[in-house]
Amino acid sequence: MSDEKIDKKLDIRGEVCPYTLVKAKLGVEDIEVGQVIEITLDYPEASRSIPKAMLNYGHTVLKVEEVKPQEWVIQVRKEVED
Amino acid sequence: MDFSEEQLKRYSRHIILPEVGGKGQKKISAAKVLIVGAGGLGCPVGYYLAAAGVGTIGIVDNDTVELSNLQRQIAHSIKTIDVNKADSAKQTFETLNPDVNVVTIKKRLDSKIILDLFKDYDIIVDGTDNFPTRYLINDACVMLKKPLVSGAILRFEGQVTTILPHDGPCYRCLFEEPPPPGLVPSCQEAGVLGVLPGVIGTLQATEVLKLILGKGTPLKGNLLIYDALGVNFRKVKIPKNEDCPICGKDPKIKDLNDLPEEYCSI
Repeated sequence: MSDEKIDKKLDIRGEVCPYTLVKAKLGVEDIEVGQVIEITLDYPEASRSIPKAMLNYGHTVLKVEEVKPQEWVIQVRKEVED
Repeated sequence: MDFSEEQLKRYSRHIILPEVGGKGQKKISAAKVLIVGAGGLGCPVGYYLAAAGVGTIGIVDNDTVELSNLQRQIAHSIKTIDVNKADSAKQTFETLNPDVNVVTIKKRLDSKIILDLFKDYDIIVDGTDNFPTRYLINDACVMLKKPLVSGAILRFEGQVTTILPHDGPCYRCLFEEPPPPGLVPSCQEAGVLGVLPGVIGTLQATEVLKLILGKGTPLKGNLLIYDALGVNFRKVKIPKNEDCPICGKDPKIKDLNDLPEEYCSI
């Protein structure tokens, strides 16, 4: 799974809820179904809420990883049209 | 159009909704909605559409604000007494959301101006208080095939319906002709609970946003009746009348006409 092709990278470090989700959602809208977005963030709450929201939107969460203290990388594959 | 940081904040609760998202919010921003009447219904409709970020809101009203309006017409205030209602509402809506372009039409709506006025808008909202204008708006929307979200209120009861011309019944399918003058009392004669237009107006605004987004089921072919005292919402099916004088197979009405003044029991 770690060698998944990344189609778009989105850095939302410094953003807090709900703008973390707002920007993540807009990022997913910008890619095609089947493509993968990688989101980097540093707001702890969003590391839990974004994967949950993405599942609710119908997408697949490929990875949630704390890459360093207080910094997460989330990979999402878009599964449904917006 | 890309969202500014301010817009991302303002519309964040819309953008995270799957049914809206950034794409839906852009549709809302691009939409042009015309509200006829800045009274009890027009005020909440315009207020929520402005909050939602509808790009262009036209308001038709040639009346001025009076103290007796303020019990229910929430876009106006003691600061705008004697001011034209469309101008008063414009001030309120643009203060709430500067993204919105509010166009004021300070004229009485009649058969001469209506088609030219309506053609520039995507959706028409009826917030009028008299039958001649209600029928005129219906006929013009059928002729132009414009979606119409219609509301009406009296005492403790209100009704709302969405008319999608030729895709469902119109107002004349329900009542072919307006009632004779004097039969139905006006709010001025019979009174209205101040909050009632708020309930009906926000239902109308909801219908408008659903039409813009293309989400959900529009209230076409149904009249939703709200009885505030009994707390009942009733949805009554309206059949399409094949012999409707305006949207039927062989329409009798080919030109728009203004009904005589005595029909106006404002």
